[in-house]
Amino acid sequence: MSQYFNEMFDGASVRPPYSTLEHWAREMSADLRSLKQSEAEALFRRIGITFAVYGEGGDPDRLIPFDMFPRVFSAGEWRKLEAGVKQRARALNAFLADVYGRGEIVKAGRIPAHLVYKNAAYEKAAVGFMPPLGVFSHIVGIDLVRTGPEDFFVLEDNCRTPSGVSYMLENREIMMRMFPHLFQESRIAPVEAYPNLLKRTFASVAPQKCDRDPTIVILTPGHFNSAYYEHSFLADMMGVELVEGQDLFVSGDFCYMRTTEGPKKVDVIYRRLDDDFIDPLCFRPDSMLGVPGLMNVYRSGGVTICSAPGAGVADDKAIYTYVPEMVRFYLGEEPILANVPTWQCAKADDCKYVLENLKDLVVKEVHGSGGYGMLVGPKSTKEEIEIFRHKIEDRPDNYIAQPTLALSTCPTFVEDGVAPRHVDLRPYCLVGKDVELVPGGLTRVALTEGSLVVNSSQGGGVKDTWVMAE
Amino acid sequence: MKLQVRHKTTYRFDPPTRSMVQSLRLTPSAFEGQQINAWDITCDAGDCPVETGSSFTEGAGDHIMTVSVRGEVTEFTVTVTGEVETSDCSGVVKGLRDKVPPLAYLRQTTASWPNAVLKDLARDTLIDLGTAGVLQQAHALSKATSDALDFLPGETEASTSAAEAIGIGKGVCQDFTHVLIGMARASDIPARYVTGYLLSGSDGSAHEASHAWAELYVAGLGWVGFDAANECCPDERYIRLGSGFDAIDAAPIRGISVGEVDQEMLEELLVDVAVTQMQQ
Repeated sequence: MSQYFNEMFDGASVRPPYSTLEHWAREMSADLRSLKQSEAEALFRRIGITFAVYGEGGDPDRLIPFDMFPRVFSAGEWRKLEAGVKQRARALNAFLADVYGRGEIVKAGRIPAHLVYKNAAYEKAAVGFMPPLGVFSHIVGIDLVRTGPEDFFVLEDNCRTPSGVSYMLENREIMMRMFPHLFQESRIAPVEAYPNLLKRTFASVAPQKCDRDPTIVILTPGHFNSAYYEHSFLADMMGVELVEGQDLFVSGDFCYMRTTEGPKKVDVIYRRLDDDFIDPLCFRPDSMLGVPGLMNVYRSGGVTICSAPGAGVADDKAIYTYVPEMVRFYLGEEPILANVPTWQCAKADDCKYVLENLKDLVVKEVHGSGGYGMLVGPKSTKEEIEIFRHKIEDRPDNYIAQPTLALSTCPTFVEDGVAPRHVDLRPYCLVGKDVELVPGGLTRVALTEGSLVVNSSQGGGVKDTWVMAE
Repeated sequence: MKLQVRHKTTYRFDPPTRSMVQSLRLTPSAFEGQQINAWDITCDAGDCPVETGSSFTEGAGDHIMTVSVRGEVTEFTVTVTGEVETSDCSGVVKGLRDKVPPLAYLRQTTASWPNAVLKDLARDTLIDLGTAGVLQQAHALSKATSDALDFLPGETEASTSAAEAIGIGKGVCQDFTHVLIGMARASDIPARYVTGYLLSGSDGSAHEASHAWAELYVAGLGWVGFDAANECCPDERYIRLGSGFDAIDAAPIRGISVGEVDQEMLEELLVDVAVTQMQQ
């Protein structure tokens, strides 16, 4: 008996949301399967969805592996997830508005001041300016894992510019093309409204000075960026311009886009570059990726930047521990989604425990992402553990540790049939005038047997994620 | 004391720019130590119109304004004239509308980054003090900075860091300030870089009329200015313009000019500052 929660099988019986799929997979011949798999790959190649992996070399246009076996949630399961994700997104935004304003949560002693204000992601230049509707993080990506029928945990929050939503949309598109009958037999909630909702979210946070239909653009660092495909995809889907820094300029109180018909005023910028690169006159002076003077226009209310500069202080792994506290403090509610218990190596007691139990823990860098620079104790050699021990002893405040979670498994096509593989989930919550969540998200799957690391940079794949309609 | 400022900055470009944008932190904010009687900024780009954005006040209390010029500019001039009434507050900055939590100023930058020499100097300086309060520690660090560097223009550059300056042992006000804030932050004392003007000679044209010094945060007292280059705390001879993490972040003028692609543009900078005391 496996120690992991299997999302399809309850012992020998199939859980209801998976009944159609179990039958579908059982009936599928090996030939049809490999035919469909290569059809899917051809489709992905044709639409050009690729994912470059940092620091690995090799083919930068490598496809992220797509697994055809969908991951399914029942309507009831999703209701709880949706409420929990929205609650968290509201609390994170309330926190950001607070720490760049009066700092009540710090004054109340609920979060240590130094964790917030000394944080590298805390932007001094953002202090004292309240963005439209008080929203700082307009797209909140919340990484969730499941360990049991009712047990979901938040692994981390992404408040800056979480990527991957193009996979959510493309995975669905391709599944519908390849297996249309599945979508006739089951009532699966659609995700295709996402680009429209995203556009509506941006329009709702246009600056007060904007007195017409707001002009929205996506600001990309350029085609060398690993998520460039997604930037152009979203611009296409929303029907807005995809621009680079050199396409925009600041004049007086506003920001303009160069067009063939002359300068056009821009109201909302969905920026897909980090704070450091937004404006060389405010942040890194050597960066040519951004727009000189943009932060001045932003802070005098001439343009909205999504997410707001400084939003990253809410998704830091050291701050993460306090998100349940934010939910209680700002919303007066109990958190619907639980955190994973986390040890802060910056605290002496925690650090001692972590060093004594490295073989059982997952250790992460506080500012790390993408599965880099982490240790999965139970899957590591003695040497790897010793190397990490030195790293932690060197810079304890750079690390946190969590228990190795028994990530749920979902049936996945493998070499010789179907086998359980570990999965996580990233839903994308939109925050503007309304807080909205399309029923779905990005399911990442660890394709290697037994692996618990689902990051695409570490050999993970993706799946279509279904939410059954009510 | 009534002080009069005239500060003219001229940029010359060869070949001309295609466009330029500047962020100006060139308007002093009022606090107990200074009241602004008059202040005026004018920009001139020859035949090209200058676009000026509205001034806004950032979290740290500084007034900021954007100016931009599109078109071929060979010469751009920013002229500041003003009249400020100052008083001696022993360096204490009281009454400034400043919302940034002091802890944010514990962060080091490339310019302030303390190497082993700076860390040792900070530690040795504070060890002798025993259980002294932060104010005494701040004074001691300022004095240690004054002792460690000789004031000598021409030995360092705009890009010289605190660590490099302490190695050279000489520098100008910018270097004294980076060394002091680097050591203060290394000692867990929030510190920031301040720019402004100084009445430093009876004729008003002595060196360093355009000046920089440090502010260190002392709980209970607030931000306190320390001018390590002149071995004193700012008094009525000082006009405070603005602050930041380091010289770049606090710069009164931060700009970018864009020239033709693949063509090197020579940028010449002329600064002329005069601070004079007005007759009562």
